[in-house]
Amino acid sequence: MSGFAKPLKIALLLAVVAGLIVVPMNFNRYGLFILSQWAVMTIAAMGLNLTLGYAGQVSLAQGAFVGIGAYAAAIMTTHGWPLPAAIVVAIVSSFAVGWVLGYPALRVQHHYLAFVTLAFSTLAFLVFRNESWLTGGIYGISNIPRPHIFGLATNKPLPFYYVCLGSLAIVSVAVWWLIRSPWGRAFMALRENPLRAQSLGVDTRRYTLMAFAIGSALGGVAGALYAPLTQYIDPVPFNLSLSLDLLMMVIVGGAGFYFGPFLGAMIAVLLPEWLRFTEGYYLMLYAIAVILLLIWSPTGILGILDRYMAARRTKAASALRAVAKSRLETAQ
Amino acid sequence: MSNLFDLLVAGLAAGAIYALVAVGFTLLWQTSQTINFAQGEFVMLPAFLMLAAMHVGAPFWLAIILGILLSMILLGLAFKMLLVDPMMRHGVLPLAIATMALAIGIKEAVKQFFSAEASPFPSIVPTGDISVLGHAVSLQSIGVLVVAILAVFGLTALLNRTSLGHQMQAAAQNPTVARIIGVPVERMILLTFLINAFLVALASLLITPIYLAKFSSGEVLGQAAFIAAIVGGFNQVRGAIAGGLLIGVLDNLAASYVSTQYRAAVPLIFLIVVILFRPQGLLGRAEERTV
Repeated sequence: MSGFAKPLKIALLLAVVAGLIVVPMNFNRYGLFILSQWAVMTIAAMGLNLTLGYAGQVSLAQGAFVGIGAYAAAIMTTHGWPLPAAIVVAIVSSFAVGWVLGYPALRVQHHYLAFVTLAFSTLAFLVFRNESWLTGGIYGISNIPRPHIFGLATNKPLPFYYVCLGSLAIVSVAVWWLIRSPWGRAFMALRENPLRAQSLGVDTRRYTLMAFAIGSALGGVAGALYAPLTQYIDPVPFNLSLSLDLLMMVIVGGAGFYFGPFLGAMIAVLLPEWLRFTEGYYLMLYAIAVILLLIWSPTGILGILDRYMAARRTKAASALRAVAKSRLETAQ
Repeated sequence: MSNLFDLLVAGLAAGAIYALVAVGFTLLWQTSQTINFAQGEFVMLPAFLMLAAMHVGAPFWLAIILGILLSMILLGLAFKMLLVDPMMRHGVLPLAIATMALAIGIKEAVKQFFSAEASPFPSIVPTGDISVLGHAVSLQSIGVLVVAILAVFGLTALLNRTSLGHQMQAAAQNPTVARIIGVPVERMILLTFLINAFLVALASLLITPIYLAKFSSGEVLGQAAFIAAIVGGFNQVRGAIAGGLLIGVLDNLAASYVSTQYRAAVPLIFLIVVILFRPQGLLGRAEERTV
């Protein structure tokens, strides 16, 4: 988006945020549920974008962290704990597990790493399903309460949508700050050239683990919101396909672009809903759309925009050069 | 003891099918760096193609031939030309994601155009038991084992004994040099896609009578084949065979000696251990690391 003037960008951003606050006010229950789901999935996809898009570490386990967060929130809030406490526990536990999952990334890369995380994802699913003393097994956990924020009940869909949107805003600002901090630079160095990063004194070991841990912690946050959103959880939504879906969101939106997860989650959550009029065909069309998009632009939607901007900048720069050259010539 | 014998036979039969699927998986990886996340769905689809052929009145043998031919066109030729070719130069990850989307697409198409329910599928091997070393063994297990072993031996012979096989290996190992010495690399890559399609169609024919034809049955199978391919060695055909058999046996033993709930966990933990301590797989060669 760097082609726009800065005030224009800020105005656009404010308009989108205002739209997200105002427009859903007269949405029905289902519309609000879908939008809340978009906000929650965006948080999880932002986490994966940190791990994959910025730090370059492939993970097929983000869905498992959403599951860990969701079960932490469900178990705690049904036992009378407030949701913020549950979110803290969700963050801490996904961070810790994510850190441990980062260790294989120190040894293996690329597709091997993908398969280790894939195996972890399925193992987590087995634990959710089998440890019924904790997770309720296949019957899941029902009657998950929605929180009271500053004394206001958020049982209705609209207030809870604002909880999700507010959480998304907080996470967005935090991630924005993180990728602009030296940490973000270190993550990108890890992705671009780990060897050079190390020779420049970046502790690649620590940052690899951190990339996993922070990305996973955001998955945990998303899960902790998902549980009160659906108010009932069982192991099925947290199987491998959620991890694959989240990965698809990040790639389709544009891995390594700040706004990629927002767009990717929009396509993954909203596009199937818009295609619902096609009845049984909607997931098929969704799959075809994703394939066509990736054939057209393997770097996702923002990749298209990025290439367009780059081309325009090159053109502008060469025009400037031409002007400068002719000036030089006339001066001689 | 008799229990152990039965488990071993059942495990080897399942493992032989995993091996077929895993071999195709590694072939695609070796020749075109394609990680095919739709490999399980590739096994699920041919059975439905055969059922469709029977539905319009073809006898079983003709349906098998039509099903295999259609699979080779759809899952071999069309898959390569429409999806892999345009995406190959963009690297491993976007292509892998595209195959994930393809898996969703195939599953949904089968659900929509055929049925969401499981359909029975005729067996090419007569049902019944025969006695082996004093144990009753189902003919189906033996049939599966024999067909799978024949297919794998046929493929290994093709790869190692014929000029065509040597050209395929050359194309996989070093496309540039292979091109210089006159190997038609493009055609060899296409050939591996066709072989993969043939192998998955064969696996489909063998496994569907046991587990029924269902749109979602590819998920478990695809994952088992992944694990088999990696455990055995991602870059070796014989590794994939060993991995398939090993995972089949391990899975069956885990089901009765560990717990039915965690039977799926045993191969996964095994996979993690193998990747961490011997990432090239039990029989694989170490790959050069790019970094």
